[in-house]
Amino acid sequence: MKSIKYLAMGTIFGSALFLAACGGGESNASGDTGSSEEAGALEGQVRGDGSSTVAPIMEAIVEIYSAEQPEVRVSSGVSGTGGGFEKFIAGETDFSNASRPIKDEEAAALEEAGIEYTEVVLGYDGLSVVVSQDNDWVDYLTLDELKKLWVEDGTEKTWADIREGWPEEPVEFYSPGTDSGTYDYFNEVILEDEDIVRSATLSEDDNVLVQGIIGSPNSIGYFGYAYYLENQDTLKVVPIDNGNGPIEPSNETIESGEYEPLSRPVFTYVNNSSISENSAAANFITFTINNAGDMAEAVGYVRAPQNIYDEDLEAIEALK
Amino acid sequence: MKYMDHNVVSSKMKSRLTKNKFFKGLFFAATMFGLIVLAVLLIRIITQGGGYINWDFFMNFASRFPEQAGIKSALIGSIYLMLVVAPVSMFLGVGTAIYLEEYAKQNKMNRFIKVNISNLAGVPSVVFGLLGLTIFVRNFDLGISILAAGFTMSLLILPVIIVASQEAIRAVPRELREASFAMGATKWQTIVRVVLPAAVPGVLTGSILALSRAIGETAPLVVIGIPTILMFTPNHLLDTFTALPMQIFDWTKRPQVAFHDVAAAGIIVLMTLLIIMNSIAVFIRNKYQKRY
Repeated sequence: MKSIKYLAMGTIFGSALFLAACGGGESNASGDTGSSEEAGALEGQVRGDGSSTVAPIMEAIVEIYSAEQPEVRVSSGVSGTGGGFEKFIAGETDFSNASRPIKDEEAAALEEAGIEYTEVVLGYDGLSVVVSQDNDWVDYLTLDELKKLWVEDGTEKTWADIREGWPEEPVEFYSPGTDSGTYDYFNEVILEDEDIVRSATLSEDDNVLVQGIIGSPNSIGYFGYAYYLENQDTLKVVPIDNGNGPIEPSNETIESGEYEPLSRPVFTYVNNSSISENSAAANFITFTINNAGDMAEAVGYVRAPQNIYDEDLEAIEALK
Repeated sequence: MKYMDHNVVSSKMKSRLTKNKFFKGLFFAATMFGLIVLAVLLIRIITQGGGYINWDFFMNFASRFPEQAGIKSALIGSIYLMLVVAPVSMFLGVGTAIYLEEYAKQNKMNRFIKVNISNLAGVPSVVFGLLGLTIFVRNFDLGISILAAGFTMSLLILPVIIVASQEAIRAVPRELREASFAMGATKWQTIVRVVLPAAVPGVLTGSILALSRAIGETAPLVVIGIPTILMFTPNHLLDTFTALPMQIFDWTKRPQVAFHDVAAAGIIVLMTLLIIMNSIAVFIRNKYQKRY
């Protein structure tokens, strides 16, 4: 029986040593609170949560930020836009990433909880409507056609129903899940609160949508621009005609707003009292706005016009 | 007088042999099905992620560049999580098992408890996540910390440990206990010096298998709200952290294919951890198993 004790002790000490070896750098440094004030090093904790669409931008920002302020411990979850706001309303997070503007009921709940917030734009995303590359008939879609495609009307839709001359093959739909901000945004600008086609395959994982659309010539789907960029060899993007001629999503058309109405800003919502009370949070959010454009582009999103970043920065500075 | 009609036997022999062969083939196929799927998975994951496994992968935090992405925070977070889950769940689990097997009277109340412990083992892990979020994160105000997640995971694997420990304790022969009592030992002395040592292989095997489940479980962590973007390692048990399955889950959802390969590399690390834990379980069982 002794040897079991040794084994157990060995395991515990072994893992303790391993942890000490790996985590040593950080824990030593933050152990002596206050002594690292020189060179303007900040300490503190900043917590966030929210949209998984925004997560890559946030991760990139946190990555370069932690190189600059290693003592500020920023963490962010990916519970989805709605899930993030739930925690934001509960006061558990300092910032909440969102791939759509805040909803009225969420704003009301925040007011009730006494939480004031500021909206910060991180970048732009273009909802890309895509079909399979084997689909050789769709050249562009108007907004009306898009709505006709996606709204449930009780019939099984074929491509011929949408425009004459297109094949009489049933359309297969792929959409992000109803919990995602991407769905909410599509719902707002295209579906206009009508029900989405019942036959649509919904998935929270955009890679599932990509695979589904590649797999069938009769399929159509939509998701963030970054997913189209990564799969442009295997997918065909559909130019959208909003009345001013068909426009394809690209860095230029999304930033300029030409790719209307499917180009959307992605946000993070900041708790005002975090800015005024937590100097680490204030520092991090300022850093975020200053670097959001570059980081958004680095991970496949589009930079917002500079004046938007400037305005957000001003709003945050005013809170400090 | 003939007991057997050889004609009938030989006429039926062929069909019986065919039947035998058929079922042998069928069950062999059933065995191979699982093995082949496992092999395909392993090969795919190793070819995808093998190239990313190097020292940097263990020492780097997550990154926007797949080639620089690492699992430092996730791996250390998972180890911390185990440091909470292992003592908590084993103390509670083995304690419950000892109470139920050695002390408790066999009345209706205790039968009811036993049935419900078995039922608890079938509760989906998401439900435990919700429980953890409400009780540990919010009510106990532990926040999104290692401790809160560790308690939640402990609850999740508790039924498995209890049932395994009960089986192990029950398997200790009655004669050993009676011999101990005959020498004048108290119940507690008997449990500590006779029953537990004899039950250790079974208890540890069950516990380690349960811990392996805890280390690979994602759903409760997602529900609790464990962050995935996090570029530091925890300092103490009330710090926030991230865990391997969360990090892998996050990478698989990325648009860039290279991140899927990084996820595969993460899976290799997680799988290696699991294999090591399971090997320890097998080792303990083989080394300390006694037959009575």
